[in-house]
Amino acid sequence: MHLYDVWFVLIAVLWTGYFFLEGFDFGIGVLTGLLARDRAERRVLINTIGPVWDGNEVWLLTAGGATFAAFPDWYATLFSGFYLPLLLILVCLIVRGVAFEYRAKREEERWQRNWERAIFWTSLLPAFLWGVAFANIAWGVKIGADKNYAGGFFDLLHPHALLGGLVTLTLFTFHGAVFASLKTLGPIRERARRHATRAGLLAAVAAASFLIWTQVHTGNGRSLVALVVAVAALAAALGANLAGREGWSFAFSGATIAAAVVMLFLTLFPDVMPSTLNSDWSLTVSNASATPYTLKIMTWCAGVATPLVLLYQSWTYWVFRKRIGTQHIAEGAH
Amino acid sequence: MQLALEPLNVARWQFGVTTVYHFLFVPLTISLSALTAGLQTAWVRTSNEKYLRATKFWGKLFLINIAMGVVTGIVQEFQFGMNWSDYSRFVGDIFGAPLAFEALIAFFFESTFIGLWIFGWDRLPRRIHLACIWIVSLGTLLSAYFILAANSWMQHPVGYRYNPVTKRAELTDFWAVLTQNTALAQFFHTMSAAFLTGAAFMIGICAYHLARKQHIAVMRSSLRMALVVAVVAGALTAISGDTLGKVMFKQQPMKMAAAEALWDGQDGAPFSIFAVGNVDKGHNEVAIEVPDLLSFLATDDFGSHVPGINDVNKAEQHTYGPGDYRPDIPVAYWGFRWMIGFGAVSIAVGAAGLWLTRRRWWVAPEHRTGEDEVPHLMVTRGIRISPSLSRWYWRIALLTMVFPLLANSWGWIFTETGRQPWAVYGLLPTADAVSPGVSTGEAVTSLTVFTLLYAALAVIEVRLMATYVKAGPPELTDDDRRSPTRIGGDREGADRPMAFSY
Ligand code: HDD
Ligand code: HEM
Ligand code: HEM
Repeated sequence: MHLYDVWFVLIAVLWTGYFFLEGFDFGIGVLTGLLARDRAERRVLINTIGPVWDGNEVWLLTAGGATFAAFPDWYATLFSGFYLPLLLILVCLIVRGVAFEYRAKREEERWQRNWERAIFWTSLLPAFLWGVAFANIAWGVKIGADKNYAGGFFDLLHPHALLGGLVTLTLFTFHGAVFASLKTLGPIRERARRHATRAGLLAAVAAASFLIWTQVHTGNGRSLVALVVAVAALAAALGANLAGREGWSFAFSGATIAAAVVMLFLTLFPDVMPSTLNSDWSLTVSNASATPYTLKIMTWCAGVATPLVLLYQSWTYWVFRKRIGTQHIAEGAH
Repeated sequence: MQLALEPLNVARWQFGVTTVYHFLFVPLTISLSALTAGLQTAWVRTSNEKYLRATKFWGKLFLINIAMGVVTGIVQEFQFGMNWSDYSRFVGDIFGAPLAFEALIAFFFESTFIGLWIFGWDRLPRRIHLACIWIVSLGTLLSAYFILAANSWMQHPVGYRYNPVTKRAELTDFWAVLTQNTALAQFFHTMSAAFLTGAAFMIGICAYHLARKQHIAVMRSSLRMALVVAVVAGALTAISGDTLGKVMFKQQPMKMAAAEALWDGQDGAPFSIFAVGNVDKGHNEVAIEVPDLLSFLATDDFGSHVPGINDVNKAEQHTYGPGDYRPDIPVAYWGFRWMIGFGAVSIAVGAAGLWLTRRRWWVAPEHRTGEDEVPHLMVTRGIRISPSLSRWYWRIALLTMVFPLLANSWGWIFTETGRQPWAVYGLLPTADAVSPGVSTGEAVTSLTVFTLLYAALAVIEVRLMATYVKAGPPELTDDDRRSPTRIGGDREGADRPMAFSY
């Protein structure tokens, strides 16, 4: 096993961490528009992720930075190729971050309402677009001999990719609803469970068809195992939710996301971005990677830092373990 | 011929706009996190409520600021791939590592512990809560270090070799990248400038309230702290700037020549304070110069030879082949002067303030003021500045808030444009760094979107800041004074509202 294989795994781990964590906070953002009945309830939802959303987002920055360092060509082709979708995601992440921080900083209802709308849309769009992006990576895109993306914006919006977007959107919403049922009190908790069932059923249909389609297109034995795990975990999450076992349901919805990401990475390996024009032009773990020296340094850093990050991020969830309800939200601006 | 809307130019504008914008928030974040942590430490140690009120007040402004720093930083992380894909391929082996380290080590610290600090007032015991803001502050310093090491490598590449087969630069010595003198000098200069920026920000706001005789106790103690920081950080900025200039002269002689618009080399070169006429001509009609000073700044020797723009251009043509290796001279020349000029004014205001507002030393007893009074501005033992002139001091002090921000922006504009036409000095021309696959339409779209979005956000954030500045430090409630004894919050009063909620 080469170091670049290790780094392929580590990049998969980082994306898994990102989608697991920001998955539920995108879901919470979407649910502020679907589940909450009034401003107080929207505030409750937002505050379930208040202390953690920024830390969750750093998983994305780390995935990006690590891809840059470990697979410079992958980073270069991916981000210059998916230019416009990425621009849209960036705009959403900018507005979303500001919306969380500034929403309660003024009393006026109109101010708060506008930021709430912003939170809804800027959670929904990236939740969809990340699915589109990863479906494209798994399916393959037009990469030329010079390693650059040769297609256009609309080439990225084929049916498989759009279905991929639907998968992440519904799956994240489900994951978010389960998270909400785990973190809230009172009527909103009951409603979160009901919404979780609905979103979970939609996610099950979308995810099963998308993953099977992907498996048929580029799958292999190992990815089939991951596919089965993903579908089983989703069924278990739905079941646990119906049984009112919120903790288990959350663990399983997280496992679904993890297994789905793992499956996509397994269909890729040893490519990192397959070319649909000519398989010789595909970016692979070996032709897109950094030198062994760089990878060695990176491995040391990741080996020390990642466990530490997991430790203190878990501690944060423990610090904020209390459920919250409308009674915990103070009146007035902050 | 270069077209104005060529993707290269659009990408350069976009990088400049987004990075300079990001860097308006960064120095404030770096310094305000530490200053807030200092105030909170004072509260934890003395239990004096004025420090808690100060912590809450400056902490709030710090949070309004950091939100913008964080969201604009996300763009920076992806922009290299989006707009500079050939650059990323060429340098990824070297440049990616500090960026990944920054995310793994610094950003996780910052973002996780800032959440704990914001929401932790009623969830964490006092000392653990205090530790959180110190960790945030440590995170900001680490993140600055890694990113500046990456930037220094672009100014002065070390610890690499060029691989002709893969046609890219490959890392051979990471330690050299992290510890080369460019990185150290840049780090100390940028950090001291950051503290000058935060201190001036505090001075301005304190001046605003003191001129109106409101919130005196909190503002007075904050003012003293800020004045001391401004003077110390200002002196360190000048010292480290001088060091950085010497490093730059050795590594990028063109930049030093451009900074002075020194077209032809000379012994005992003068430092030009101001130039009239077009510095972009082969010779200048310079108005005011200090003889021999440039030679001293560059080498510590008043008589030494400093090569001019034309000399360096010829030398570089000799080394790198035919071409024009001159950056934009007026931008370099004026950028350097705006940096030093705006910085000098803020240091002067700080030093004057530190003297004028002193409490006891060389102040006649009848002029001494108590903790709750606006300090008299004392020139000497018995001479006090008249009230109308004092008002002027407070006004100028308020204005000073923006000067270090301008100095920072110009410092960076000088540094980055002065490196042109190179993206990595001597190694990769900027023209070869841009993404070949990104069309003019795409590039113009993103430049427009970012510019408009950033402008709108600037208006929102400045207004919000102004609202909270004017509101002044909050009155304390019993909940503020009570800190939990258990991690996760005390059990009794489980239905009490959260101390902070979005
Ligand atoms: C408040 C801000 C501030 C102030 C007062 C100064 N600087 Fe500065 N300067 C910066 C903020 C800054 C900066 C924005 O932080 C830069 C940009 C890149 C860097 O490392 O620091 C910079 C860059 C920079 C460079 C270019 C380094 C390079 O291109 O590699 C030099 C030579 C100096 N400075 C020198 C000085 C001197 C001699 C100063 C005055 C006595 C001075 N600076 C004051
Ligand atoms: C680690 C930090 C930084 C890195 C790696 C970096 C890198 C780059 C790169 C790749 C470019 C594009 C090539 C070019 O046109 O020069 C650039 C340009 C530029 N950067 Fe930086 N930069 C950094 C910090 C900053 C900061 C903090 C600022 C300002 C606040 C800044 C201001 C600019 C400007 C104004 C340009 C445009 C210059 C021109 O096109 O002439 N940079 N920088
Ligand atoms: C062009 C290169 C740069 C990149 C890629 C970059 C990237 C980022 C990112 C992704 C964030 C958000 C982190 C979060 O979500 O918590 C951020 C924030 C920050 N950056 Fe930058 N940055 C650049 C330039 C700089 C420079 C030159 C400095 C310092 C000298 C700096 C210092 C900081 C600090 C202290 C923060 C945290 C505080 C804040 O968000 O205001 N950055 N940066």
